[in-house]
Amino acid sequence: MAFLEIDALSVTYRAERRLVHAVRDVSFAVERGAAYGLVGESGSGKSTILRAICGLAPTSAGAIRIDGKPLPPRRGRGFTRTVQMVFQDPYGSLHPRRSVDATLAEALAIHGLGDTDARVLAALRDVGLDPAFRFRYPHQLSGGQRQRVSIARALMLRPAILLLDEPTSALDASVQAEVLNLLQRLRAEHGLTYLMVSHNLAVIDHMCDRFLVMRDGAAVEELARADLAAGAARDPYTRALFEANAHETV
Amino acid sequence: MSLLEVEDLRVGFRTETGIVEAVRGLSFRLGRERLAIVGESGSGKSMTGRAILRLVPRPGFVTARRLAFDGIDLSTLSERRMRALRGRRMAMVMQDPKYSLNPVMRIGAQLTEGLRLRDRLGRAEARRRAIAMLEAVQIRDPERVLHAYPHELSGGMGQRVMIAMMLIPDPDLLIADEPTSALDATVQAEVLGILDRLVRERGLGLVFISHDLQLVSRFCDRVLVMYRGRVMEELAAADLHAARHPYTRGLLNCLPRIGGPRGALPTLDRDAAWAG
Repeated sequence: MAFLEIDALSVTYRAERRLVHAVRDVSFAVERGAAYGLVGESGSGKSTILRAICGLAPTSAGAIRIDGKPLPPRRGRGFTRTVQMVFQDPYGSLHPRRSVDATLAEALAIHGLGDTDARVLAALRDVGLDPAFRFRYPHQLSGGQRQRVSIARALMLRPAILLLDEPTSALDASVQAEVLNLLQRLRAEHGLTYLMVSHNLAVIDHMCDRFLVMRDGAAVEELARADLAAGAARDPYTRALFEANAHETV
Repeated sequence: MSLLEVEDLRVGFRTETGIVEAVRGLSFRLGRERLAIVGESGSGKSMTGRAILRLVPRPGFVTARRLAFDGIDLSTLSERRMRALRGRRMAMVMQDPKYSLNPVMRIGAQLTEGLRLRDRLGRAEARRRAIAMLEAVQIRDPERVLHAYPHELSGGMGQRVMIAMMLIPDPDLLIADEPTSALDATVQAEVLGILDRLVRERGLGLVFISHDLQLVSRFCDRVLVMYRGRVMEELAAADLHAARHPYTRGLLNCLPRIGGPRGALPTLDRDAAWAG
């Protein structure tokens, strides 16, 4: 049975006098320990799916199930222990006036978990940051270091699923490689399940076993990694996306 | 004579802890060609573009042994004469239309402002020129776009509007600072196609600033690779795959490839000697 299931999900926003269908009848399933990708251009609804999983977007139809159980309308502490999210912009997603230590320790305090010192230090080590970073503030860190802190924060509660929303698109190519390698290592070490969103097909191809191509809120087609390399993409949109990305290789 | 001559360009910032140099001794010449300046954040590529147009904000300062546009020495030019060059003969396209267009002014008013004030054209003639330029950047419905506010346009449309705005005075030199990095891949290809056609048809000199080596290798003639304010390597774009400098090679190798190997990506070992 699939670990994370998105079943005929629709997300509809009510704007002035009209409805915006951000996600339309999208279904997919992610096995435990797998890495699944959502790829598409801006406005394709890929990030909205992540937000809907977290209960941050108005679900108008369909169901989201984890381990066979539908998610409750109000996501509680049990949910945050299972699912955590890493956001795109490492500049916007860390509190500018909280030290790394305060950022990492917050989830532990909310969940009444002790052993804060050891857990914070272990998390820093896990993401390859020196313990000296513990009492720094975000403005004292580079973009790559901030993203490592965001990943450490997401791992504090030992979740099973990480939702990764364009985790490297704000980073330089060399830093992107470091963060992607870190994510690969963490998945292997902690047996994590990833749902990763990106506009970059090469990044998705590198990280994910299967992925869904999205456009205008709808699913275009689902592909396995091998299909893409073999040129088995059937939909013309997927092929256009492939062309635009394949050129990027010298 | 080259369109643009830059010799030993330096951009520094006075800070509490001393002078920080963002550009450290850059030299190049540009003809009517497409030159790319590539580097990661903090490499000094954007500051180079700004320094050429003398748009480095205080407390920054610019020095150069020679900084000349079409034979005119820019380093000694009065601000008044500099203003006459900026826009009319040297133009710059910025990265993000969301921040670079005036959010409370209709596109039409922004596009025709220069024509009306600088060229003293009448309303109808300015409007006609604006529509012609929007058509040149392949905007299908220029009448609607003229009436729109920036937030009503998509990223790709906004970027086309900015390119149109810069090209209206028919400049000789265009500096484009990451003109397509805020755009989706398929839209990016369209905008690059438009820029490419305009450069060829109008014989512009183009300085294309980007972090994306692959992109510039398809689109430009020559590439300068910058790191920490210095040029590491200069190559013909077609020879990018034969780049020799370890920094350039490192930048190329650390990118994931469709169908590439699955293991850890090579990361970049920065040699302290490069920063020299």
